[in-house]
Amino acid sequence: MKIGAIAGITFKEAKRDRVLYLLFFFAALGIVASRVLALLTVGDRTKIIKDVGLASISVFGVLMAILIGTGLVYKEIDKKTIFTLLAKPLHRAEFILGKFLGLVLTLFVMTAAMAAIFLVLVYVHTLKIEGALLVAVAYLFVELVLITAVAVLFSSFSTPILSSLFALGFTLIGHLSWGLDLVVQKMTPGLGRTLVRVLATVLPDLENFNFKTEVVHGLPIPPGIYVSSLLYGLCYTAFILALAVLIFRRRDFV
Amino acid sequence: MADALRIQDLRKDFRLGFIPKTYKILRGITFAVREGEIFGYLGPNGAGKTTTIKCLLGLIHPDAGTIEILGRSYRSPRARAALGFLPENPYFYDYLTAREFLSFTGDLFGLDRDEKAARIARLLALVGLERAADLPLRKYSRGMLQRAGLAQALINDPKLVILDEPLGGMDPLGRKEIRDIIVRFKDEGKTVFFTSHILQDIEMICDRVAIIVGGRIVRAGALRDLVSERVLFTEAVVAGVAPGAFAGLGESVSVQGDRVLLRLYDESQVDGVLDLVRSNRGRLLSLSPRTETLEDIFVETVTRT
Repeated sequence: MKIGAIAGITFKEAKRDRVLYLLFFFAALGIVASRVLALLTVGDRTKIIKDVGLASISVFGVLMAILIGTGLVYKEIDKKTIFTLLAKPLHRAEFILGKFLGLVLTLFVMTAAMAAIFLVLVYVHTLKIEGALLVAVAYLFVELVLITAVAVLFSSFSTPILSSLFALGFTLIGHLSWGLDLVVQKMTPGLGRTLVRVLATVLPDLENFNFKTEVVHGLPIPPGIYVSSLLYGLCYTAFILALAVLIFRRRDFV
Repeated sequence: MADALRIQDLRKDFRLGFIPKTYKILRGITFAVREGEIFGYLGPNGAGKTTTIKCLLGLIHPDAGTIEILGRSYRSPRARAALGFLPENPYFYDYLTAREFLSFTGDLFGLDRDEKAARIARLLALVGLERAADLPLRKYSRGMLQRAGLAQALINDPKLVILDEPLGGMDPLGRKEIRDIIVRFKDEGKTVFFTSHILQDIEMICDRVAIIVGGRIVRAGALRDLVSERVLFTEAVVAGVAPGAFAGLGESVSVQGDRVLLRLYDESQVDGVLDLVRSNRGRLLSLSPRTETLEDIFVETVTRT
């Protein structure tokens, strides 16, 4: 109930943010522009539309999560609205979870809207409803949920600009960290290899949620991968949120 | 009578700056607020009043000491379930209307829909915001925001109400209304703990006060014990007598036209002035003895500390 109230007010606040609509506009523009790009490209035009469309949803979804998420908790502290909230019988953990869920709800609505535009465009081009594309979008959303948790974590102790940089860094590292597994394979056993292996384990691997290539090219995906990717996303999100609560509980609001 | 709020040896330091320097804000605060009383917490700016309030609301973690709210530790959210709080300069979500904001705060206390609607209607009437209830808070004046803040502090029908500068920014009529509301709380059996810079208001409605200076409680007790009924001086306004005639009779504070304002420090001076007025066929316009006020005690305490 209390988490729901905080989530509701966060959703209300997020949907008033002009940045959200600006990003949504560019995402929609990117999706629609994929059809123009397809006309200019030699090869399978449908694949270009799907590739560019999914990439638009991914890039602008991540930007929404970071740019709005990093200001969420900070704004409450900066505008001092938090004084009134935490004076109520509300655990600080409930506050953080409410903020997180409010933004997740906002991103869900935005992702659904972007996905709808994308599916309509694909339908216009192929005259088929391609449900498989929704799998890729769903896992993009799981990635957005994790990035939202990271944005809330940084927002709980840092300024929006620094938090945005940290969260963007997390996202970039998350998409490049799979390369560390290849490095481990090529290294000779020893301390260095152990260190790189630890790093590869600790750093997030956001490529776990990337099913774009498989879906666009119609490649088979073993069912176990779906489950393990979802579990990975949920566990990592829970870990990041636990960290955010731990930091937030220790804060003084002067 | 049981204590609604008990603070024991509360201490808090802040470490600020690039090379952290320690600032001792609270240096062992101890006092208790009894159930059903109106308690005033006074102090100059920076004395530690708001820090004390933030500690007892759990917004700041104290370095040492204990805080009990209605018999429970301040750390327990259940202790805050029976507590209402109005912050200094209330900051709320300005895009919400007062009705929406009260509904949101009602949700934080888990009120059901019917109960919430009834309380919102009652509170909007109590603070005089019925007609502005559906306007966004950003369109409110400071006084109206203060009223909305008071309403949200009461949504849970609290036993203990903590008000940080509730009379700040209010016009004289608004101040009187808020004072009346605070007194009504007492009649309903609620306990009120509040800070204010307006000492006349505190003197008018408080049962007991504590004065904090430099992070320490320097005076505390019942108002009637602190403020004596001893006459400090008598002020006389006299007309039709030359100011020079009062030489040796108290202190001439001001002269306006043929009016002289005198401050007289003992009764023989009062008699002397009355004789002088009679003999010179002057007029005595007013004669008012000034007893000790809370402001005198506050100024004396702060200056001495």
